[in-house]
Amino acid sequence: MSQEKLLVALAGQPNCGKTTVFNMLTGARQHVANYPGVTVEKKSGRFSAEGRPVELVDLPGTYSLTSYSLEERVARDFILYDKPRAIINVADASNLKRNLYLTLQLFEMGVPVVLNLNMMDVAERRGIGVDARGLQEYFGSPVVPTVGKKGSGAPQLKAAVAALADAGPARAFAVDYGPLEPFVAEIGDLVAADPQAAGAYPSRWLAIKLLEADAEAANLLARHHPEAAEVMERVQALRARFETEAGLSADRHIAFTRHRLCADIFRRFVTVPGEKRRTLSDKADSFVCHRFAGPVILVLILLGLYQISIVFGGWVALQVWPVWGSLESFTEGLLPAAGFLDDPLLRSLGMWTVKSVTAILNYLPIFFLLFALIAILEDSGYMPRMAFILDRLFRRFGLHGQSTLPLILGGVYVGGCAIPAVMATKAIPDERARLATILVAPMMNCLAKVPLYLILISAYFADHAGMAMFFIATVTLFMALPVAKALSLTVLRRRESAPFIMEMPPYHLPTAGGVLRRALERIWLFVKKIVTVVVAVAVIVFMLINFPNLGRERLEDYAARRDAAVDAFMAEVDKTSFKGRIAPEDVLALVLFEEDMKSAKRGVSDQARADAINARFAEANPVFYAVVSREGKDGKALNRALKGVINTRKELRRNMRAERFEASFLGVAGRALEPLTQWAGFNWRINIALLSAFAAKENSAATLGAIYGIDGEGGGSVEQGMLAGEEGFTPLHALALMLFMALYPPCIPASIMVRMQTNSSKWMLFSIGYQTLLGLAVATLVFTGGRLLGLSGVQAMWAFYGLCVAATVGMALIPEKTARELSGPQTRQPKEGIAS
Amino acid sequence: MTINEMKPGETRAVKGLTAGGALGQRLMDLGFFPGAAVQVVRNAPLVDPVELELDGYHMSIRHDEAGHVEVE
Repeated sequence: MSQEKLLVALAGQPNCGKTTVFNMLTGARQHVANYPGVTVEKKSGRFSAEGRPVELVDLPGTYSLTSYSLEERVARDFILYDKPRAIINVADASNLKRNLYLTLQLFEMGVPVVLNLNMMDVAERRGIGVDARGLQEYFGSPVVPTVGKKGSGAPQLKAAVAALADAGPARAFAVDYGPLEPFVAEIGDLVAADPQAAGAYPSRWLAIKLLEADAEAANLLARHHPEAAEVMERVQALRARFETEAGLSADRHIAFTRHRLCADIFRRFVTVPGEKRRTLSDKADSFVCHRFAGPVILVLILLGLYQISIVFGGWVALQVWPVWGSLESFTEGLLPAAGFLDDPLLRSLGMWTVKSVTAILNYLPIFFLLFALIAILEDSGYMPRMAFILDRLFRRFGLHGQSTLPLILGGVYVGGCAIPAVMATKAIPDERARLATILVAPMMNCLAKVPLYLILISAYFADHAGMAMFFIATVTLFMALPVAKALSLTVLRRRESAPFIMEMPPYHLPTAGGVLRRALERIWLFVKKIVTVVVAVAVIVFMLINFPNLGRERLEDYAARRDAAVDAFMAEVDKTSFKGRIAPEDVLALVLFEEDMKSAKRGVSDQARADAINARFAEANPVFYAVVSREGKDGKALNRALKGVINTRKELRRNMRAERFEASFLGVAGRALEPLTQWAGFNWRINIALLSAFAAKENSAATLGAIYGIDGEGGGSVEQGMLAGEEGFTPLHALALMLFMALYPPCIPASIMVRMQTNSSKWMLFSIGYQTLLGLAVATLVFTGGRLLGLSGVQAMWAFYGLCVAATVGMALIPEKTARELSGPQTRQPKEGIAS
Repeated sequence: MTINEMKPGETRAVKGLTAGGALGQRLMDLGFFPGAAVQVVRNAPLVDPVELELDGYHMSIRHDEAGHVEVE
């Protein structure tokens, strides 16, 4: 028999063990998404309660249910509009007094509540006794003790949910607000008077919220109630009357009454040990948060994080690379064969796309380690301590104590990645600081910017390589901090800011299962979101750099050079015994045969396996094999000629690629931008490299390589090619280019992450646009300014460094006024228009 | 006097709040109500924020925010 699915919400305050209860109930049957329209993560899962299917939705952890924070609004709206059949309220049994504050508000929303006393083991260890049966009688609703970590109590909790969903609570529990009750009753009657509006929301709850002057409640009323303005007028009058009668605003009275009731319930049903013991967490905190030891421990932890994820993770990525490499060669095998000059479109586009994807997949080991380490930091309770130690510093720049981790991940020194950095901003509770962090995190030195730095430094700052590396590695932070402050004073000025009041929960030992689950969840989210977009963007970029194709004249010229090479080879063939056995049409096949054999034998050191490969190729085509493996005098002679053809082919393809690059849409754009970028010292060739770097930063080095005619395989390095190819290029050019690269917008995958975390394409475009302009401005300042002042590259470098440090100090001195604006007027006014 | 003026180690009872808006609501939600006992545990290494113990749990709060909580 098919039964209706029960929708159940899981609510609780932060740090009450809600996630462990969620995992305990649903096991692996989970689904992660976002709540519609916001960046708050929505987890849902399924389980069966007494044979009935249940869909459990994890609400964000909140202390209360006001409309001041996004999380609270999301939780409240879910209860209000999705109308779950029951709410499981997870409460930390060892800290019940505070947890009950949310419980009382959940009861008020008119949905049946199961009170789940979690972390019973912690309470027992601390000698705290909770009378669950007494609480159950008091509330008239089921109360179920559990230990989420050990999974005990799950069957009882499921049974309680099923019973409650069927029968409803024994009686609806309501807080007695004393002198405010007549006012609540009057407003309650008013909002329930309209039959059309009465069903839309619980009337007592709405009355209380209106008296609290909750802005969203006023909006709700305006949407549903035909006489909203009259009701609001009455609410205002009653609020004013209560304040004069009681000497206390209604919202204060409501909150204080709830707290008094919590304290009262706590006294009646909870026994605490007489003397207060110093917990292990307190002892640990006296070191971790210590004035001198604290920062040292922080630096050690961050160093460890960097070593494990970037250094060790980089090594792991190198070990895993053959997997992605074989994915590339597997795809290569499936696609149509290469041509002499041009490859079929399907092949070149296919390989381009696969390589774009593997370039990202290559970072997976690093990401996995990063995500696991972040999960450990989160679960252990260290994050709030980190914010505690560094908040003062970051706050001066419009950032937040919790901006530390994103900046570290982005690459505060050298080597990071903007993608996990932007992802990690999720934990920042202050919207303005969070956006500022998202906007500056890509300015850190990600791993992919490093190759270009290395090329430029070894080509133009060879004598000062160490200092130049130090400069670029540290100057980024001195650029990011003042920019963050400038952004939060300007474009972010009106964004919601939140008070910095953060719980410092007791330390927990993270469980391996929990950490693994979280790391896998995030990796999966990353693969799903990023890889699909990267494929789409790779196709577009491919079109931009390959089309329009070369003119017919140029193509004919290349074809003639190809034919000349083939003819020369055929002339050699005719001098040997291979005459008549190799036709001109066979030349391309022979070249590809040689390539295949070389790649088949790559990395094979075992003689037996090499013999097997030889035998396979010999069988496939004995004639080609004889040439490639230099059999006899004729074979040797012809092999030499073949090498010539191969080199000519490589050269022609390279030249064609470079020429096509120049003629492409991107190349045209690069040329068109030259009048503007020349002030920053960039010629059109550099412009093309920078434009292509937008797809992925690694591209800049690769594109420069292609332009300066260096193949990965051939001899000569990109820096030599550059020195030879750009005669007018000075260290000042290189410096401007490095700084532009440092500030250059986030690559496409990182931009997608910015979109996801800000939930807005507008912010993504802003982030791309402002960084490009900033980069161009800085590069122009350094290049043109340096030239006017006659500075050398090194002098300009340190002059700019001084300028950045001065800007940082200057920005730090501008006062921030968060608290004043947050504390607002004593009594809040509901939105205009409703109140009038 | 406000929490802001308390020394580390000191414990006092909350008297009232002088903030409205988001800050006032947040302070109320976290348990700053008349009669609640607050202890100042320690200042952060850079002096701001300050760690408090309120009713058995710890929290950190910036000094200018703590200045909105009056104590006995």
